[in-house]
Amino acid sequence: MRDAEEGSESPPSQMSGDGPGGSGGESESDRWMPDLRGGNGGGGGGGRWAPPDQVLENVLESVLEFLTAARDRNAASLVCRSWYRAEAQTRRELFIGNCYAVSPRRAVERFGGVRDVVLKGKPRFADFSLVPYGWGAYVSPWVAALGPAYPRLERICLKRMTVSNDDLALIAKSFPLFKELSLVCCEGFSTHGLAAIAEWCRYLRVLDLIEDYIDEEDELVDWISKFPESNTSLESLVFDCVSVPFNFEALEALVARSPALRRLRVNHHVPVEQLRSLMAKAPQLTHLGTGAFRSEPGPGGVLSVSELATSFAASRLLCLSGFRDVNPEYLPAIHPVCVNLTSLNFSFASLTAEELIPVIRNCARLRTFWVLDTVGDEGLRAVAETCSDLRELRVFPLNATEDSEGSVSDVGLQAISEGCHKLELILYFCQRMTNAAVIAMSKNCPDLVTFRLCIMGRHRPDRITGEPMDDGFGAIVMNCKKLTRLSVSGLLTDKAFAYIGKYGKLIKTLSVAFAGNTDMSLQFVFEGCTRLQKLEVRDSPFSDKGLLSGLSYFYNMRFLWMNSCKLTMRGCRDVAQQMPDLVVEVMKDHPDDEGEMETVDKLYLYRSLAGPRNDAPPFVNIL
Amino acid sequence: MSPPLELDYIGLSPPTAAAAAGRADDDLKGTELRLGLPGSGSPDRRPDAAISTTLELLPAKGAKRVFSDEVALPPPAAAGKGKATAPADGEEEEADEEDKKVAAPPQPAAKAQVVGWPPIRSYRKNTMATNQLKNSKEDADSKQGQSFLYVKVSMDGAPYLRKVDLKTYKNYKDMSLALEKMFIGFGTGKEGAESRKDGEYVLTYEDKDGDWMLVGDVPWEMFTDSCRRLRIMKGSDAIGLAPRAGGKSKNKN
Repeated sequence: MRDAEEGSESPPSQMSGDGPGGSGGESESDRWMPDLRGGNGGGGGGGRWAPPDQVLENVLESVLEFLTAARDRNAASLVCRSWYRAEAQTRRELFIGNCYAVSPRRAVERFGGVRDVVLKGKPRFADFSLVPYGWGAYVSPWVAALGPAYPRLERICLKRMTVSNDDLALIAKSFPLFKELSLVCCEGFSTHGLAAIAEWCRYLRVLDLIEDYIDEEDELVDWISKFPESNTSLESLVFDCVSVPFNFEALEALVARSPALRRLRVNHHVPVEQLRSLMAKAPQLTHLGTGAFRSEPGPGGVLSVSELATSFAASRLLCLSGFRDVNPEYLPAIHPVCVNLTSLNFSFASLTAEELIPVIRNCARLRTFWVLDTVGDEGLRAVAETCSDLRELRVFPLNATEDSEGSVSDVGLQAISEGCHKLELILYFCQRMTNAAVIAMSKNCPDLVTFRLCIMGRHRPDRITGEPMDDGFGAIVMNCKKLTRLSVSGLLTDKAFAYIGKYGKLIKTLSVAFAGNTDMSLQFVFEGCTRLQKLEVRDSPFSDKGLLSGLSYFYNMRFLWMNSCKLTMRGCRDVAQQMPDLVVEVMKDHPDDEGEMETVDKLYLYRSLAGPRNDAPPFVNIL
Repeated sequence: MSPPLELDYIGLSPPTAAAAAGRADDDLKGTELRLGLPGSGSPDRRPDAAISTTLELLPAKGAKRVFSDEVALPPPAAAGKGKATAPADGEEEEADEEDKKVAAPPQPAAKAQVVGWPPIRSYRKNTMATNQLKNSKEDADSKQGQSFLYVKVSMDGAPYLRKVDLKTYKNYKDMSLALEKMFIGFGTGKEGAESRKDGEYVLTYEDKDGDWMLVGDVPWEMFTDSCRRLRIMKGSDAIGLAPRAGGKSKNKN
């Protein structure tokens, strides 16, 4: 069962067996046949012997079953034609990082035995309202193709796709053995679609709805009542983003007849009284999303903190989240489980440092911690002193504006770096930062894989020295040798990007905003970051020259996104003309005069075997 | 802020002759959605503007001054760029220089919010907003201290609603642009012959008293104080502003 948390990615891969320009690599070796003259026959074919090709292929298929990592499979598929075929028949998980990079038909024709599909749609900046509504990423053509091709399909995971109720109904009816559905940051469906899944997927184990936008305006359907009436196979039910009310009695009954349920995350309509009842019915839960975590007294009256604490003491919880509308008085109820917690998500709970610190002090085994910046530098110091095993920290802003007060700063970052040496992932929103703190983190946390620092004020320099933040980010790329994902912010010059290009050899994803002086920044990145897959840039002074410096690298990347830079139609057309296997999408805010020097507001380009898509809305211009 | 101007609501200005002729040639143009705001006229359409379907809340050229708090008419090239990151070359350089001169002094109070910055997912923004609104319901006070103000936006014919934070806009222009972007996908000819003839949409809002009002009559601050929800109505329904019973079309794809 996968924990598809925000930001986590499956191992990166693409259908690189099909490089641009044709099918997978072939060599002469598949022409050679060993001389198998045996008792009765000549070499090769006929008689008692299966053709050596076939034997090899059968053996190969058995061996390749053990290869699971996509990168290994892609490599194997390039060896020769027979390996390509064998790999294609044995690949069980199909990962498509850009749903427009390949057509459903082509995917289905190549791979014969897929059980598990991961599809990603819109570019990530769509999360921040930078991609206009109606852009695309429809899952419908995929479902239509997957249905007939893979009747044994068990798992579908979609991220940033447009999914309709009809799509969900078709999924529910196409795959009789369906087990896992995971929708992350999707939109376009409502409780109608969920009802279809619940009703028709009798063997469902996982239904994870994570940060989706659920259409609320339909008449609500009691989807929870649609699950099978007998014992279910449910292991994970996550629906905290389904923000409409639901039938609680039905949920209680469902939980009671789902003995395998390990993960349950409910929405904010569940008060502590109801939460307690759920916990009693599912003592085997290891992951719990607590809903509102405040009281809504029912006939039994108001639940006391100690009663709630008893429930937690009796539980086996390892991961806690929710706290959507938390009443701080109930916080002490979770103390009994804190010592066992490996994951704690307070990022929707507006709690002060005084309220948080007592909880944190009990969480010595914490590996993942998500929190709002109300925790303050003081709270982060408590984390650093207590959570020496911490691997992932995400600090979100309570007030996501540029000029808000901001309660965490370089002080908190420095403290964390001094206490949490095993840190692998950090996402940190702040108003004030210094190079010194970032440099300290680069030295104290050598295992960092993901470093995302968001200094919310645009172009903001080091708060003490007034210098650009170049040296801080430079130190990160220099010292963190495992770094694959980087988001930069603050005042940055070309120097920062020179560092990134020189040292960021493993970087796959780079996010840039309001940074750089000249096109050299882009050139440094394209030339230096040899493993770059995804580059997203906004509001930076990069022009066509910078764009064109990437020409020979675009086929190695999944996509490039640039908005509000200094690109023109001429530059984008140049790219489109010179790179036939790239799809170059240009989006404008307003229809201005058409002409070669016209500025381009949004550029999204990606390699594709499918050519220009036919579902683009009118505001998308495909060059 | 200067006192509000008296404005005539023109609203359903008929399309120009040139545009009408152009429409005959191009299906797509014919279904172009126009959002007419008080005092605005339809801009001329160019016959070769092939990919031009937008909700044009503000015309690109020749706009009359339509809102009381609109300070100056933007140059056509940067028309309608309400956000601070105006990509027109000249403006952007100015903005960059300004930003760089300012090391870390206190910013002026009403700094324009940039779309999508800081990069927080709208799911998170909406959830936090819901929480805090719930809490403030318990206080009897109004919403003045809050840093956000989410209202629902519906559009006739759209299958589902959106939500916008009125506090991210400084004025009517910003809001119009943002709404236009948000509903930009709906001008694709699903409506049929009716709207081709009369493609104007009108922005209305429901105020504290439950009445449906035309957007743009009152000063911006007064509007944000009283606005409960927004609705983009078909122009033909906006005459007299009779509230429409029921019926958002459930158009599922």
